[in-house]
Amino acid sequence: MSLVERQDMISQESAVWNGGMGSVSDYVALLKPRVMSLVIFTAFVGLMLAPGSVHPVLGAVAILCIAIGAGASGALNMWYDADIDEVMSRTRKRPIPAGKITPDEALAFGITLSIGSVVTLGLLVNWFAGAFLAFTIFFYVIVYTMWLKRSTPQNIVIGGAAGAFPPMIGWVAATGEISLDAVILFMIIFLWTPPHSWALALYKSGDYAAAGVPMMPVAKGAKSTRLQILLYSLVLVVFAGAPVLTGLGGLAYAATSLGGGALFLLLALRVFNSRAGEAGSAEEGELYAVRAGDKAARDLFAYSIGYLAALFAALIAEHGLGAYLAIPGVSG
Amino acid sequence: MSDQNDNFGFHHREGRATGEHVALTPEQEKARKKRNVYIALGLVAFMVAVFLVTVVRLSQNAGGVAG
Repeated sequence: MSLVERQDMISQESAVWNGGMGSVSDYVALLKPRVMSLVIFTAFVGLMLAPGSVHPVLGAVAILCIAIGAGASGALNMWYDADIDEVMSRTRKRPIPAGKITPDEALAFGITLSIGSVVTLGLLVNWFAGAFLAFTIFFYVIVYTMWLKRSTPQNIVIGGAAGAFPPMIGWVAATGEISLDAVILFMIIFLWTPPHSWALALYKSGDYAAAGVPMMPVAKGAKSTRLQILLYSLVLVVFAGAPVLTGLGGLAYAATSLGGGALFLLLALRVFNSRAGEAGSAEEGELYAVRAGDKAARDLFAYSIGYLAALFAALIAEHGLGAYLAIPGVSG
Repeated sequence: MSDQNDNFGFHHREGRATGEHVALTPEQEKARKKRNVYIALGLVAFMVAVFLVTVVRLSQNAGGVAG
């Protein structure tokens, strides 16, 4: 065969490429919009509560960058965990296991958004906030996703720090420094994560076991997990009173914290007294699908989201809407 | 086939054109067009953000100098 003939033959060939099929909504799904919305909310709280005033444009840019950084972490998490997601019923429909986006595309998307969000936050707001966002992405992707998640039942306890950083980043974006109140906001989310995540893990334990992820119910059993949920809930509810002591939270926050905390403890106690987690996973993959015995865990999981949102909404109402009423003799 | 990654029609080692290219299906082309529109919107949003922040920073600095 002559060289010309060979070239002609080659020119008629076309490589087959399975990528490029992702729609915009598939890429949005890669960003984990549900998690992103919580990040936006908590970062906004940090930004709002920080002393002094931040220009609305700078505040909006900061929130946008933090949200995109969080979304980028989600994309990188989905890239790395595609093998697990394929096994678990809850995550099987995500864009990579569903074949809508290739792992390489998700990786490129995640890295691009990570760099873009960090550099933009650094350039337009301040570099401390940018560096903090970079550290958060690193912590979530490398420390949690790649290291802890598959190696220890304490994965979400330590890894939960990544989800607790956004209000601190918001605070740093506004002030350029970290203060005690920012750390308190961090600690509330940090302590909230274990009971929240383990409640979900209890009624999805079969999923995690099938995927080989050593979540607490899988590694230590449902009974031990229910006890730890109760203990963490107790610590959380007590600690949630800390903003009142520093003056960050006023009367509305104190009432929300007390009432919300009491219900949180009640639901945690209900989980403790139940047999949640002992029946395996719900057969259907939906987030709130549950077997009869696991309802207590599902209820705590759902309520915990509302509880955190209510605490932070109370702080926003006090500082942003002028509803702050100091508690005489307690807060400043 | 090693040339499957040769997306730009050039042999990666010899640097010569092979004529091979990735043929996108109509669905892939349609999806790419849509993504491109959103990438363009993202870039415009970034430019607007840079512009607005520059204006804010300049006005803050000018206020500081005047004060």
